[in-house]
Formats: sequence, structure tokens, C-alpha cells
Amino acid sequence: MRHEISILIIGLFVVLSTASVIAGILSMRAPKPLSATLVNLTQRINAWWVMVALMTIAFFFGRYGMTILFGLISFAALREFVTLTHSRRSDHWVLLGMFGIVIPFQYWLVWTAWYGLFVIFIPVYCFLLMPAITALHGDTERFLERVSAQQWAIMISVYCVSHVPALLTLNVPGFEDRNLLLIAFLIIVVQGSDVLQYIFGKLFGKHRVAPNVSPSKTWEGLIGGVVASSLLGALLAFITPFSPLQAAAVAFVACTMGFLGGLVASAIKRDQGVKDWGHLIEGHGGMLDRTDSLVFAAPVFFHLVRYFWTV
Amino acid sequence: MSTLALRTFTLLQTMTSVGLSAMAWAVTGVRPIWNGSQPSDRQRIYFANHTSHGDFILLSACLSETERAKTHAIAAAEYWGKSRLRRFIAQDMLSSVLIKRQWTSEAEHPISIMLSVLDQGHSLIIFPEGTRNGSDELLPFRSGLYNLSIARPDVELIPCWIENMSRVLPKGQFLPVPLLCRVVFGPPVAVAPGEERRAFLQRARETLLALNPRPDRDD
Repeated sequence: MRHEISILIIGLFVVLSTASVIAGILSMRAPKPLSATLVNLTQRINAWWVMVALMTIAFFFGRYGMTILFGLISFAALREFVTLTHSRRSDHWVLLGMFGIVIPFQYWLVWTAWYGLFVIFIPVYCFLLMPAITALHGDTERFLERVSAQQWAIMISVYCVSHVPALLTLNVPGFEDRNLLLIAFLIIVVQGSDVLQYIFGKLFGKHRVAPNVSPSKTWEGLIGGVVASSLLGALLAFITPFSPLQAAAVAFVACTMGFLGGLVASAIKRDQGVKDWGHLIEGHGGMLDRTDSLVFAAPVFFHLVRYFWTV
Repeated sequence: MSTLALRTFTLLQTMTSVGLSAMAWAVTGVRPIWNGSQPSDRQRIYFANHTSHGDFILLSACLSETERAKTHAIAAAEYWGKSRLRRFIAQDMLSSVLIKRQWTSEAEHPISIMLSVLDQGHSLIIFPEGTRNGSDELLPFRSGLYNLSIARPDVELIPCWIENMSRVLPKGQFLPVPLLCRVVFGPPVAVAPGEERRAFLQRARETLLALNPRPDRDD
């Protein structure tokens, strides 16, 4: 596995260095003051350096690193989601429980690989018990809106995100002790697809997919990005249990889900009247702005691998 | 009252302020929005909306370490002076200044206590609503803001809107829900020549209200 990880790190280093050099040359040649797009591009690339560095560090700590890292990502994402949506004073204890009980318990289930409870704890038990607590409080003002927002918040930020470290619990024959590479594959392909959609969209984008939801998502960006990242997935087949063709197909599904995740996140933001979820990552917005695609891709990727490749 | 002997820069206070600022960031990701004023080491009175005990921690987390060391929140002695523990937390750890709502002697006069802090070159954080308020509306301002400004016209009055703290730590709760908060620092307000007290307080209140970045929220 060392060999594959070295190749990935060198590959990412080369890609990011190239991006930084290109952005530097563009900024040098461009008329001053720099356009907002160019400033944002540089910020985004700089943030990528930090994110890749953090992921790499977490990688070296293996199962511990991944579980803690994604637990923290869930925390940041949940905080952004709850901040944005409507809540009332009587929701205080439910909100506290989402941060103090739901996140730690869900990641404990990931840690102990208790699959049976991991898949139903949030969609069944939290789904039923949280509105029950709210109802016991007796505050019925905008009840359905509040409990729906809470449910969505933990589904998106905790349940879906926790499927990334849960990949470590899968038992793929002939792939023992190498499950970290499944996480690397998923993240590189899905985040790569985001970047490639951005590049294709900026270069060729004309026809918008859903003009009422997001002005920046175009058919040219979508098709170019998803096709290119499926090819990237095929190239990365050597780090996976998949054949190149299978890798391309899995990447295609994950990236398509990722696109839908971005679209749904845009719809929620538009509904709530904001452009970004937060400001945690310079140039990108909040944690959810960066992970919205991963959120939708992770559970589907997890179940594809679990159904077709595990025993 | 011994509140006038301001023991700033003690180790305990520095550790508390660094620790609380780090905690405020971990829980609320607090960030300052300078919207009409800039960070500065000049003497100021920061006045803010008041919804929670965490308010001044959030506000001071947005100031630099040196400004924080010489900026004191004004707190009610009726609450913070009630027990020795509370008094220790308020004065020795948070370096706040306690004033009595019901003062009896001239030495307890809130304005003279606040002026004595200003006369040492330090800055103040005050909550002109006088009490914690559960909503995004503002209660009418007490006259302290006006009296201080008249007495020390060269001290800048900076309005600060603290966002979301009523949801993070509602009145009566002691565990905070982690939600993102911003502190919006607005343009300085000063008493115009000949402006009468009530008109000034109303104007200061409106300037503060106008800083609310999401006034349409109703929770």
C-alpha cells in the first residue's frame, strides 16, 4: 500500500504545483487589479494545498485519523446546516443532542464496525425520537419545518459523511488492510470531478442545467467534468479492487451523485437566501460547500462496493 | 469597591482570555466583520446587543490580544457579585467591572466607576439594554451611553451586533449549542452638537439594529 500512497502523494503534488504555477502566470499577465475570479482561483488553490496536507496527515494515522477527521468534518458541516435553518428556543436540547450524542455515537458505530445499527441509527431511531422530544416540549410553532430541518441536518452532515470512514469496515477479498485506498479513490475522484466541472464550465460553459438553482452549473461543465473524472477513475484502478472499466463505472456513478449533491445544496442555500454555507475554507466557502458532492456520493459508493465486492 | 484597581495582564487573566477566545472560536467559529470601523488600539466603548452571558466573550475574542487586555466588560453586581465564586470569575478571571443597578452611595455610581476605568486609558464593553434580551429586537437604551459620551467625547463609541448568541446560549441554559456567530462592528457614533439625550439614544439604537446581517430571521 506504501507504493500506491507514494504515487498518489506525488501525483497530487504535481497537479497542485502545476495549478499554482498556472494561476501565478495568469495573475502576472492579467491587468491589475486582478479580477475577482482570478483572486478566488488563487485562494481556492491555496486552500487545496492545506486540505490535501491535512488529508495526508490524517491518512498516516489510518483508522484513527480518518474517524477523527470525518467526525470533525461532520461537526463543522452540522454547525453550518443548523446555523442556516430555522430553530426555536425549545429546540435547545435536541440541537445539543445532535452535536453531543448523535455525532459521537454514529462515529463510535463506524469505529466498532457495527453495520446493523450504523445504517439505521439516524434514519430510524433519530428520525422517530427527535420529533418525539420536540413534541414533548409542547412547542408546535412551525413544527414540521423544524423537525425536517433537524432530520436533514443530521442525514446530510453526519449520516452521509460517516459513510466515508465506514469504507474501512468493508471486507473486500484480496484487498485486506488496503481499505484506506478506497477512501483516497472516492475523495480524489469526487473532488476531482468538482474541480474538472469548474474548469470545463469556466472554459466552455454555455447551457445551464438548472438556471433557477445555480448559475454556475452548466451542461458543458457537467459532461466534461464527469467524463474526465470517470477516466481519472479508470487511471486510478491500480489502487482499487476494481478493473479499469469497473473503476470508470463506479467513478461515473459517484461523480453523478456528487453533481446532484451540489445541486441540492445549491437549492437549500437559495431557499435560505445565502450564497455559501460558511467561511471556513478561504475561497471555497464553508465545509458543506466543499463536501456537498462527497455527501451524496459516499453512501452510494459505500453500498456499491459492499454489494458487489465484499463477501 | 475594589473594582477600580484594575489588575490587567495577570497570568490568570491572560490564560483565561486566550482560553475563552479559543473556546469561543471552537464552538461558534466567531469572526469579526468590520463594517464601518477598523480594528484599532485607540480608546473605545464597544456597545452591543445583549442576549447571553457569552456575549462579551465573543466580542473580546474578535479583538487583538493587547486590546483585549485593556478592554473591560461592564457586568451587573447583582448577578456577578452574588457569591465569591462568581465575583472571582467576573473580576479576577474575566477582568470585568461590576456595577450595581441599585446603587446607594456616590462611590457606587455606575457612571463614575465607568469613567474611572476610561481615565486609566482602558476601553469598555457595555450593553446599553441593561439586561439580557431574548430576541433580535432591542430594548430601549439606558442613558449611560449618552452620559459617557458627553463626559468623554474623545472616546469612540463603536456599535457591535453579536449574531446568533441567543440561539447558542439562550437565557436560562448553561450548555452552548455550536452555531456560527459573527460580530459586526459598525461605524462610530457620537453625540451631535446640541443633540438631546433621547434622540441620541434612539439613533445609537438604530445604528446597532442596522448592523444585524440577517434582520429577516425570526428565530
